[in-house]
Amino acid sequence: MFDNLSDKLDKALHVLKGHGSITEVNVAETLKEVRRALLDADVNFKTAKEFTNTVKEKALGQNVLTTLQPGQLMVKLVKDELTELMGGETAGINLSGTPTVILMSGLQGSGKTTFSGKLANYLKTKKSKKPLLVACDIYRPAAINQLHVVGDQIGVEVYSEPENKNPVQIAQNAIEHAKQNGYNVVIVDTAGRLAIDEAMMTEIANVHQAINPHETLFVVDAMTGQDAVNTAKSFNERLNFEGVVLTKLDGDTRGGAAISIKSVVDKPIKFIGTGEKMDAIDVFHPARMADRILGM
Amino acid sequence: AGKSKVDDDVLDNLEEVLVSSDVGVNTTLKIIDRIEARVAQDKYLGTDELNKILREEIAGLLSEIDSGNATEFEIPENKKPYVIMVVGVNGVGKTTTIGKLAHQFKKAGKNVVLGAADTFRAAAIDQLQIWADRTDVTIVKQSMGSDPASVAFDTLQSAVTQNADVVIIDTAGRLHNKVNLMNELTKVKRVMQKVIPDAPHDVLLVLDGSTGQNAFEQAKQFTAATEVTSLAVTKLDGTAKGGVVIGISDQFQIPVKYIGVGEGVEDLQVFNKFEFVDSFFK
Ligand SMILES: Nc1nc2c(ncn2[C@@H]2O[C@H](COP(=O)(O)OP(=O)(O)OP(=O)(O)O)[C@@H](O)[C@H]2O)c(=O)[nH]1
Ligand SMILES: Nc1nc2c(ncn2[C@@H]2O[C@H](COP(=O)(O)OP(=O)(O)OP(=O)(O)O)[C@@H](O)[C@H]2O)c(=O)[nH]1
Ligand SMILES: [K+]
Ligand SMILES: [Mg+2]
Ligand SMILES: [Mg+2]
Repeated sequence: MFDNLSDKLDKALHVLKGHGSITEVNVAETLKEVRRALLDADVNFKTAKEFTNTVKEKALGQNVLTTLQPGQLMVKLVKDELTELMGGETAGINLSGTPTVILMSGLQGSGKTTFSGKLANYLKTKKSKKPLLVACDIYRPAAINQLHVVGDQIGVEVYSEPENKNPVQIAQNAIEHAKQNGYNVVIVDTAGRLAIDEAMMTEIANVHQAINPHETLFVVDAMTGQDAVNTAKSFNERLNFEGVVLTKLDGDTRGGAAISIKSVVDKPIKFIGTGEKMDAIDVFHPARMADRILGM
Repeated sequence: AGKSKVDDDVLDNLEEVLVSSDVGVNTTLKIIDRIEARVAQDKYLGTDELNKILREEIAGLLSEIDSGNATEFEIPENKKPYVIMVVGVNGVGKTTTIGKLAHQFKKAGKNVVLGAADTFRAAAIDQLQIWADRTDVTIVKQSMGSDPASVAFDTLQSAVTQNADVVIIDTAGRLHNKVNLMNELTKVKRVMQKVIPDAPHDVLLVLDGSTGQNAFEQAKQFTAATEVTSLAVTKLDGTAKGGVVIGISDQFQIPVKYIGVGEGVEDLQVFNKFEFVDSFFK
């Protein structure tokens, strides 16, 4: 489909070859191409604009101080800037609670239920935790069942109250259950919801307030386009979440949404989902993601 | 004398609106070029005219449904049962769209059979069963982990026996870059043809309205594996606009048939180009 970003940068930077230095004019030409490549990778329109402006200033500022060729300088600047934008370092997860409470949130179909299972499995096998999964999606057909199937697959107990239509109560009861039965992590799966669905956003805000989670995670599909910023912003306004989970990275999307989300809410991307199976989870590495977006 | 050129500001603004609606840079530039060409030729004037041309140009890129009345949920009369196979990447809304379609066809007095050929995803069969109950239609299923092609085969046989009007086959979500899973889909299709030689009559690719430019690659790979014949765009009840389908419809010549606007049984609409384009400007 698209040339990848690094090809495009090479092409764009071609303009710079032969010029001895970066000038206002040739930098503008090049950044136009950089911007276009970012848009093709689904970086948000405004984010891409801001990004290229930042790179431009840095490029012009650094020009005289460096021994790099203009082209190399631009590639380095773009990559460093992207990595920095996405958080620089890998961010950990806070497991200090007794029990630690983790709340999942996100749009419909983003991968919350699957990720709840993956996280439980990860904490159980890699961190020697005793997790409890909680089914607070009372809407989606067979959602509770789905979590039970997932729980069975990984040998983790699932707390559910099929007759209870109050997610706040279910979550509170689950935490009580966890305390009484020696679970040290409680992972609360919730229904998918749109950021503009007032009733549903109030519902999850209520759950959040009632259980005061140590970690609220915003789960987002890596294929998301321009709307990623709106959604991330709205969920963050309501939940002030601790981190982001980027799913379905086993696909061939460039995942530009990662940059947009990070730049708009300034919360770390903590985990990635790389498949449908329960072990397809990884911690997020900003530099690797920058490489992916750049096609390097 | 009127202006013979569209303002740069207007075009910049238009570019922002289109790109922000996930139309993509390529298609956006194509649309803007066409507008500029027409303006140069026809010497259009104000914003009203510009809006009109814009709607026309975008609508022109959206491939037409070649038969039937595009404002209703209709199926061709001469194919019985009419077989629809639903495909797409993970979590886009395939199963939900099937539930909503079943409801529409049922409402139109059709005898509907669903086939639970997603035998992989946790509780996928239960989910489709709930939709079958909700819409009061028949479902054919096997157990989790069974062969999807075998489920599809059974479903078609059962539909023929029941003299059903419509069959809708659910399939597991799969990312288009997974060769084995895409081959499996080709096989499901082929096995159906053992029962009904020209089945499936419609291969409906479901795209999530919030997906960005990766949807192009989805359309390409699913078309390669199954010859997609129509598109559904879901989750347009949110703030995402789903503009990527314009370029897809144009490039692959596949019409958009339905849009999903919620999670309820009635939340499926027949696609309307002009309303779709207008939504970008709201
Ligand atoms: N390929 C791939 N598929 C994934 C990944 N994570 C989730 N999925 C799939 O995406 C689909 C949706 O996942 P769910 O976990 O049901 O998503 P959800 O957010 O709980 O959905 P709702 O509860 O309906 O809002 C399923 O088919 C999952 O198997 C991933 O990292 N890679
Ligand atoms: N708001 C909204 N949600 C939708 C729409 N269509 C589907 N959904 C929701 O999206 C989520 C995923 O829908 P499914 O029908 O399970 O998607 P799928 O493509 O069958 O998923 P897999 O089988 O896991 O690949 C569910 O929570 C649905 O309720 C829509 O048009 N609007
Ligand atoms: K929308
Ligand atoms: Mg779920
Ligand atoms: Mg499904």
